[in-house]
Amino acid sequence: MLEVTKSGGPFRFSDENQDEVKAIIAKYPEGRQRSAVMPLLYLAQRQNEGWVSREAIEHIAELLSVPKIQVIEVATFYTMYNLKPIGRHHVQLCGTTPCWLRGSDEVMRACTDMGLEKGKSTEDGLFHLTEVECLGACCNAPMVQINDDFYEDLTYESTKAILEALKRGETPKPGPQKDRQFSAPEGGPTVLRDMMSADAAKE
Amino acid sequence: MCIMVARSRLPSKFDGESPSVGRCNREEPMPKLTIDGKEIEVAPGSTVLQACEEAGAEIPRFCYHERLSIAGNCRMCLVEMERSPKPIASCAMPAGDGMVIHTNTPQVKKAREGVLEFLLINHPLDCPICDQGGECDLQDETMAYGRGKNRFDENKRAVTEKNMGPLVKTIMTRCIHCTRCIRFSEEVAGTTELGAIYRGENMQITTFLEQAMESELQGNVIDLCPVGALTSKPYAFNARPWELAKTESIDVMDAVGSNIRIDTRGRQVMRILPRNHDDVNEEWISDKTRFAYDGLLKSRLDRPYVKKDGTLVEASWVEAFAAINTGLAGLDGTQIAGLVGDLNELEGMYAFRELLKGLGATRIEARQSGAAYDVSNRASYLFNSGIAGIEEADFCLLVGTNPRHEATIVNARILKSTRHRGLKVSNIGPAHDLTYPVEQAGDDAAILADILAGKHSLADRLQAAKRPMIIVGEGALARQDGAHILKAVHDIAETFGLITEDWNGFNVLPTAASRVGALDLGLVAPGGVRGILDDAKAGTVKAAFLLGVDEIDSSALQDCFTVYIGSHGDHGVRHADVVLPAAAYTEKSGLYINMEGRVQMGERANFPPGDAREDWTIFRALSDVLGKTLPFDSFDALRAALYKELPHLMDIDSLPKAAWGDFGEPGDIARGPIALPIHDFYQTNPIARASDTMAECSALKRSKGEATGTHG
Amino acid sequence: MLKDQDRIFTNIYGFQSWGIDAAMKRGDWDGTKDILAKGQDWIIDQMKESGLRGRGGAGFPTGVKWSFMPKESKDGRPSYLVINADESEPGTCKDREIMRHDPQKLVEGALIAGYAMRAKAAYIYVRGEFYLEAERLNAAVAQAYEKGFLGKNACGSGYDFDVYVHRGAGAYICGEETALIESLEGKKGQPRLKPPFPANVGVFGCPTTVNNVESIAVAPTILRRGASWFAGLGRPNNTGTKIFCISGHVNTPCNVEEEMGIPLRELIEKHAGGVRGGWDNLLAVIPGGSSVPLLPKSICDDVLMDFDSLKEVKSGLGTAAVIVMDKTTDIVKAIARLSYFYKHESCGQCTPCREGTGWMWRVMERLAVGQAEKEEIDMLLDVTKQVEGHTICALGDAAAWPIQGLIRHFRPEIERRIDVYHGRQIEAAE
Repeated sequence: MLEVTKSGGPFRFSDENQDEVKAIIAKYPEGRQRSAVMPLLYLAQRQNEGWVSREAIEHIAELLSVPKIQVIEVATFYTMYNLKPIGRHHVQLCGTTPCWLRGSDEVMRACTDMGLEKGKSTEDGLFHLTEVECLGACCNAPMVQINDDFYEDLTYESTKAILEALKRGETPKPGPQKDRQFSAPEGGPTVLRDMMSADAAKE
Repeated sequence: MCIMVARSRLPSKFDGESPSVGRCNREEPMPKLTIDGKEIEVAPGSTVLQACEEAGAEIPRFCYHERLSIAGNCRMCLVEMERSPKPIASCAMPAGDGMVIHTNTPQVKKAREGVLEFLLINHPLDCPICDQGGECDLQDETMAYGRGKNRFDENKRAVTEKNMGPLVKTIMTRCIHCTRCIRFSEEVAGTTELGAIYRGENMQITTFLEQAMESELQGNVIDLCPVGALTSKPYAFNARPWELAKTESIDVMDAVGSNIRIDTRGRQVMRILPRNHDDVNEEWISDKTRFAYDGLLKSRLDRPYVKKDGTLVEASWVEAFAAINTGLAGLDGTQIAGLVGDLNELEGMYAFRELLKGLGATRIEARQSGAAYDVSNRASYLFNSGIAGIEEADFCLLVGTNPRHEATIVNARILKSTRHRGLKVSNIGPAHDLTYPVEQAGDDAAILADILAGKHSLADRLQAAKRPMIIVGEGALARQDGAHILKAVHDIAETFGLITEDWNGFNVLPTAASRVGALDLGLVAPGGVRGILDDAKAGTVKAAFLLGVDEIDSSALQDCFTVYIGSHGDHGVRHADVVLPAAAYTEKSGLYINMEGRVQMGERANFPPGDAREDWTIFRALSDVLGKTLPFDSFDALRAALYKELPHLMDIDSLPKAAWGDFGEPGDIARGPIALPIHDFYQTNPIARASDTMAECSALKRSKGEATGTHG
Repeated sequence: MLKDQDRIFTNIYGFQSWGIDAAMKRGDWDGTKDILAKGQDWIIDQMKESGLRGRGGAGFPTGVKWSFMPKESKDGRPSYLVINADESEPGTCKDREIMRHDPQKLVEGALIAGYAMRAKAAYIYVRGEFYLEAERLNAAVAQAYEKGFLGKNACGSGYDFDVYVHRGAGAYICGEETALIESLEGKKGQPRLKPPFPANVGVFGCPTTVNNVESIAVAPTILRRGASWFAGLGRPNNTGTKIFCISGHVNTPCNVEEEMGIPLRELIEKHAGGVRGGWDNLLAVIPGGSSVPLLPKSICDDVLMDFDSLKEVKSGLGTAAVIVMDKTTDIVKAIARLSYFYKHESCGQCTPCREGTGWMWRVMERLAVGQAEKEEIDMLLDVTKQVEGHTICALGDAAAWPIQGLIRHFRPEIERRIDVYHGRQIEAAE
């Protein structure tokens, strides 16, 4: 049975999000405000510590004049909406073949060794681990997404180091955990080497 | 030809109006297809599936339903189309000129076998305990197209049941995800309560967090469900389809005259299902029509009663008739009045009228709701546009009516027309959720006078519409100034082009099955029900006969000699001196005239309980005792007399075209709101009030109303 | 090998700034107004002539697709361009690089494509997990507005054009164009029936063209350098350049823009440091993203990387995501993991896919450990055929093909495992 946790109080978008709500709805043609269902669910989730409450779903349905059942359909169809509270750092581990070929099992082992359990939040509320499907960073496999950031080219050790850093309250550097420029080959690009030293600063 | 296959191909999931799809358009050429070697022309807008059927090729299907939008998801209707590398879903493919279709090739056979196998791998093998057994599409099609062996060696999926309320039972493991119920909820009921949560093999049909459904049409999802996932909760495990006797009849829960099938086992009604009638109820019925039948077993009057020392005691028919004879002794006709209720067939009302006439009574009254009907002109009390005619209209003005409660099926037709024909709706009267957009003009009857004076924007709306219609409800006509309102609407109809050669946009929405028939029989008296009750209080009416009259305040009859004839111990028996037990609607044959003036014939499906008798036989027998013997000895003789008086009754199931004329009374309309006749959809008559199922629905509705603070 | 001056995505590795000024230095937004001034027909003709085929997987000619859009609106409905940035095909990670390192190529392409198809606006549908990429794109769009390249009188062309970024929320199926449209309308991503096609009834009930990010992002350069330049690269019917994503068992996995038709072996050895353990250690390659059937080493030795060459060997170019598997790979498990992926991503709408993906995955899991009978291999193959071609969208096909490829090329390996498993059973019994 589907359970959507109640937050215990009415939901409203925060003052700073009110403008964002308006801007989102304004992206779509008149009478097509239903398009804002997904962005608003996501906005509600960000505002609410990473999960969407039942009250938020009902509020969005009312705000956009969409039947509640159609909002919950959307909220359950897409994997990114969390319908109950989750740990502060949502570790989404890619287990699809390109990552698996390059050692996602080792990344998983690092996670479990750190006390994370698939589909669960840790008791201290710090982590929540989900095995997800391909996150589109296959040339930097294996990888995890932690909240907004991708951590790539992982090994057992680097995974553990990242989780430990997070535990200490630090912000580990996202991106490739090897000496590597994004998805260029390790050891330097085979093409466009002129562009490496161009005047524009690398961001 | 056009009519045969031109069922509208409703738009699929994409938005946007479908102005002419599926309608016969003489300018569009008829596409010519070859189906299994047979050339066939079909109406433009037809689908390949419809073309195949026209060509006599049977196409199995689960998700496709001709009254719902096309989902194309079950994939059972795959056929081969030349020049297409893949088989096509025939339900979703528009028939095109020159298409060559094969429905009986090995490829098609294999595709069907494959789809069926997929549907079955996770379908439980619980047919022996499934209420759908014997009338299950999946069972039937497996017999016809299945491979007959199982290759699936994994665990079957189990899905938790979903609460949908007191009417629809769910066994979701059986669900094959055809989404008919979801589409019905959105498109026909208009309530959009059902949806499919999750995705892939975890997809599950449910309501929002398993809240009970609110639609008054929800029972139809039971019929639509091709498997046993959605079944009738009240009927659960009660009977098997093959042990039921099936009787085609007419519903009496409102004035729609929905075509129904009454399934009985022995003396008991086991369930009620809709029959298709394109012009009346299509294939839907309201939940009251479908589920109130348990009320036929409760609070029944199964023997006569006579009041002795202030209480009703059981009596024999002879004693009861004798008591009536005594009670009427010394009264003359002017002191005797007759009232007629909401559920009666023509024959009973006719015999009742003849009996009272024989006693010299002049006041026989059937307008129980107090609506100011004017019997001088038949068009004045009919739904003249016809129910199907709603689909021709482009503007509809509601006056003092909530069709969702007063005629659920009519409301569904209005919704359909707003969705597919661009109908716009405005309302004068209390605002309520009708499931479609309504422009609220205000709860003030005097707006009618403003319109007539050209001082209201609705005047322009009516003027601008090509086919405008007004639906005036009994709520408006039951006001003190009801006759003035009737006249005002009449005048508006004439002024704003509602009456033309081929269109009559003037419509009344009666709330009772008996109403139009009673008005055809002329059962009105000056002063109406109110006048009779007042006179009974004043003592000038000394005896009253109540034929199934349960919607009045009978306390006015306290000192009047009152005879109640009816099926249930409800409001009407409260102050009765003699009670005569009568058959309920499933227990008697009879003619009914629906709101459109359409004459329909109900058939007896079972027998009344105990000593209860069909109404006409009671009046015939009583007339003997009272020395005023009625001149018919058989039902046929009665009908013959009735036909002689009202020859139009012989014209079964046609939509009349009542002649237009003047009616109503000129006069002022008071400013102020309109009270609607129905406060509780589930409790509008004695049968519904006796039904536990309806009581449960009513209680649920009330608790929801209290919880959310919303109204109607 | 493709010469650097013929590469379109010069900042694919993000050595330089993504910002609009740097992008303009790299040539973006150069003479856009003049390109627009040449008119819609000219643009579409050029695109047709360039031979560009859609870079999202299906390979439909981009110019032809644009030409399906109505030239005038007879009923007042506007037209829309929708850009598919729902990059989710396992193995594929090219659009992400465009969006975060070279976003102006996409934004400029949106204007040109939108103008060519007389669209009112473009919606860029970015997969939800690419949160930072979508933020980057939002910033890039804002920069383009600031420069006057978008909005009213975009680029001084007299044409009004808006670009909006819309984010998904986790659903592979939204990469299918009609599911994407449904999702953009705020619904579940369930593919629509066709007809009607999006060019007639797309998003918001209006004519719509859905294009992949790469298809749109290459358009400005094609129009600047000329259709014949692009058409001169690659082979006929398989022209131009393409970003290849090389992942799996190679020494240096990477994205690289190369000429269409480059030999697979050259691609892997030149750019990805070769197969781990040497070419001879190669077991198989999935050449175009998870949906296409794998190729055993024997075919990989000399196959060319383009639409027609890969089709000839019963696979496909797809998204040009090359997943390399060396001889240490548990090939059955690798494909079983893909079967899980498709089961997880099936929208649930049509029967064969909803029921079939789960069934296929469960059998694949058993085959991976040999816990099956040999007859079940053919049964599984039959089940894949029962799914293939019987569904509304191509996800059913995509779930079927990897398994078909596996059975086609690795049946002995599957049978061996069954033998081993049964052998162990017998041993255990004795």
